[in-house]
Amino acid sequence: MKIRIHGGRLIDPASGLDEIGTLCVADGRIVAAGESPEPFTADREIDASGLVVCPGLVDLQARLREPGQEHKGTIESETAAAAAGGITTLCCPPDTDPVTDTPAVANLIQELARRAGNTRVLPIGAMTPGLRGEQICEMFILSQSGCVAFSNAERAIVNTEVLRRAMEYAATHDLTLFLRPQDPWLSANGCAHEGAVSTRLGLRGIPGFAETMEVARLLTLAEQTGARIHLGPLSTARAIQMIGRAQYDGLPVSASVSAHHLHLTELDINDFDSRAYLRPPLRTQRDREGLHRGLVRGVIGAICSDHQPHDIDAKLAPFAESEPGATAVETLLPLSLRLADHGVLSLSEVIAALTWRPARILGIPAGTLSPGAAADICIFNPERYWTVAPETLVSQGHNTPLMGWELKGRVTHTLLEGRLVYQLKG
Amino acid sequence: MRYRDIQLDENGRLRHFLSIEGLKRQMLMDILDYAENFITVGGRSIKKVPLLRGHTVTNLFFEPSTRTRTTFELAAKRLSADVLNININTSATTKGESLLDMLRNLEAMHCDMFVVRHAQSGAAHFIARHVAPHIRVINAGDGSHAHPTQAMLDMFTIRRHKGEFADLRVAVVGDILHSRVARSQIHALTTLGVHEVRVIGPETLLPQRVEELGVHVYHHLPAGLEGVDVIIMLRLQRERMQGALIPSEREYFELYGLTEEKLAFAKPDVIVMHPGPINRGVEISSEVADGPRSVILEQVSNGIAIRMAIMSMIMGNRFGSEEEEQ
Amino acid sequence: MNDLPVDSLLQEMAAELQRHLHRSQISAPLMIGIHTGGVWVAKRLHRQMGLEEPLGTLNISFYRDDFSRIGVHPQVKPSRLPVTVEDRHIILVDDVLQTGRTVRAALNEIFDYGRPASVALAVLVDRPGRELPIQPTVAGIHLELEPHQQIKLEGPEPLRITLLESVRGAEPQ
Repeated sequence: MKIRIHGGRLIDPASGLDEIGTLCVADGRIVAAGESPEPFTADREIDASGLVVCPGLVDLQARLREPGQEHKGTIESETAAAAAGGITTLCCPPDTDPVTDTPAVANLIQELARRAGNTRVLPIGAMTPGLRGEQICEMFILSQSGCVAFSNAERAIVNTEVLRRAMEYAATHDLTLFLRPQDPWLSANGCAHEGAVSTRLGLRGIPGFAETMEVARLLTLAEQTGARIHLGPLSTARAIQMIGRAQYDGLPVSASVSAHHLHLTELDINDFDSRAYLRPPLRTQRDREGLHRGLVRGVIGAICSDHQPHDIDAKLAPFAESEPGATAVETLLPLSLRLADHGVLSLSEVIAALTWRPARILGIPAGTLSPGAAADICIFNPERYWTVAPETLVSQGHNTPLMGWELKGRVTHTLLEGRLVYQLKG
Repeated sequence: MRYRDIQLDENGRLRHFLSIEGLKRQMLMDILDYAENFITVGGRSIKKVPLLRGHTVTNLFFEPSTRTRTTFELAAKRLSADVLNININTSATTKGESLLDMLRNLEAMHCDMFVVRHAQSGAAHFIARHVAPHIRVINAGDGSHAHPTQAMLDMFTIRRHKGEFADLRVAVVGDILHSRVARSQIHALTTLGVHEVRVIGPETLLPQRVEELGVHVYHHLPAGLEGVDVIIMLRLQRERMQGALIPSEREYFELYGLTEEKLAFAKPDVIVMHPGPINRGVEISSEVADGPRSVILEQVSNGIAIRMAIMSMIMGNRFGSEEEEQ
Repeated sequence: MNDLPVDSLLQEMAAELQRHLHRSQISAPLMIGIHTGGVWVAKRLHRQMGLEEPLGTLNISFYRDDFSRIGVHPQVKPSRLPVTVEDRHIILVDDVLQTGRTVRAALNEIFDYGRPASVALAVLVDRPGRELPIQPTVAGIHLELEPHQQIKLEGPEPLRITLLESVRGAEPQ
């Protein structure tokens, strides 16, 4: 199968490519980017005039809800949604049920993803069995079974000795740890940023320093153990400063942020809008600006979706009793593109934060249009407006604070290894 | 796509009574004025008026509170409504779905008004957002968020003693952090335009950025009471020691307990209020609680009148225009 | 229509009420006016009859049978009955009697204060349109008005009655 995509604006931050040109795909790989090789007879032509052609997005954190919570989403439904969002590679955290702490679960996830055939799914293995934070998992065997990194998901490893050993062990085998920094005591029962809004609404707050406290602990241990750590999704300006300093000092630490936190703040909770109940909580305008600065300065490498689809009932409860998280794979690209519209980043920088930079954090050869690379391609119309609504979403979850918003930028085609896995209708 | 203020109808009149925040000064004054009528009703041999005859008021209490439930029940009965009391055991965590199922069932029984008490902030808003359009919701306390009828009865009591609000200095003392009463009082006092609202307590019992609610923060009780016209003492929950918020009741009383001695810092005609139930010797001494400056029991009887006023106002607003006939 | 001679009507009413009290052997009646016009009329009668007990006032908004149509008015004045009504002879005073619904509501409210020995009804103007079996004991004047015609009492001092041609066919109480 040979495909020629012509007339589009090719943007490949990995190779510095940004020009109107032709992209040729053969046998699932990119053959040429820019000019068409001679002779190249395509089986299929895609007219990308007025569209942007970029590498398929790499999402560092998306929950697919399978195994364990299929009433919220399945690997099939959520990878289809991811494909509709232009994502060709995604990582799913280990807090599945059962936990991804054995090769069996890791294999199951990958097998189901292969069968669905929508998106490449890379499981993140558990750092500790059952995420209990007591012992360390068989990280080497899990990595052999396709786990691309290791994490304890939302559960902090309270015992610092266990955390230290997990880091030392990961360093020994050159494995990456994904850590979501939040002090468990300072955040206990909290559901909103501790500040003016939580005070007004009488909601239990999670202070900003619940994040920085844990960042400090993790950075100290990373420095001690030499472990390669990735912190995210982050929410505070101060955490970005601390990580920036650690990076300056040469620590192998990377960071990511969810697209929601780049646009929304605590004010979006309004009068107890449970759709804006996220974890980490939406924070202040100053924090949001700090996250923007972190992207500009390169401290934050990747923008992720932090996709968390829910069933309807999960959000039908008083704020603190509802479940946190938003369905997000389909809004990741348009939300991120707003950064370019608002002049925070260039279009190429936005795409970098969604493609080759997260790929580099994972150490995988994805997120590029270089000849020879897998033909994971996202084609989108940067000028097309669309409204977030139950009927425009592919995800099984309709829980998003953006419901009803008009967003700019719509994916028209997604190719996974040269196969068209999504095409926008109409 | 943003929520509008769901407690107001399209004509800006009260539909539900969920929070003081968002209500205009005139509306609060109307409630206070209207409540005066019900004070006289309480003095009659038959303490009932037929305003809500044929309507059903359901007290939905997800959190035990005999006092508040009783005053709402009495208020509804004095308006001739039928009253249904439903106490939901909170030890079995009430999930959102079953909560909504319960609402649907009550709607099917043709209830007209829900009076809701719930341990979660925002629960009354949640219920108001999901009930059938003809049903009215009154917040009888949601988590640490709001207790608007309590705040209104406190304003009523203050007005009966002080007349105008404009020149008053009011101090709210104690556990502001967990207090829904304090939040509603602060909104009511600032909306009614008092001269100054002070909150007094240790940093551990004050919420972050509380000054953005329009109050001045004091950590020292005598300094905070200097020149105030009204002192509102808040109840200290016994479990606050476990959260490491205060070391002991003894030390709390030493620092923030209201005694005759501390009372002397306030104006001579100061009134002392407390939403009850009182912890004698923890936040207030018995001699102050039972003393001449205390209006605590008056608050309780005013509570029925204010609740009658609010219930009949929002039920009345359910019907057509306010055209007056000859 | 010319203004009615309110002062002389009130004098006649006072005299008629005195005769009624004498006939019924009532010595110390309790007079109660219905807000707002009835209170104005009652104040004048109270003074002219030289009654000793203070005047009571009644606000019947809690007893109106049209609550479910018109809702509530926050600016109503409370009822004030200075003494107990238990076993007392009451003179209930209103400005205009038409449908009888206001009097019905007032009677209900009075009985919620206690059980009076008797209630007499005095109205300044009696007009057709009764919807309940209620008749005045004493009326200042009987006016044969059409349903669209409305009477407006202005006061308290001086008391004036004017006739309005109502555009919309209102149904006054």
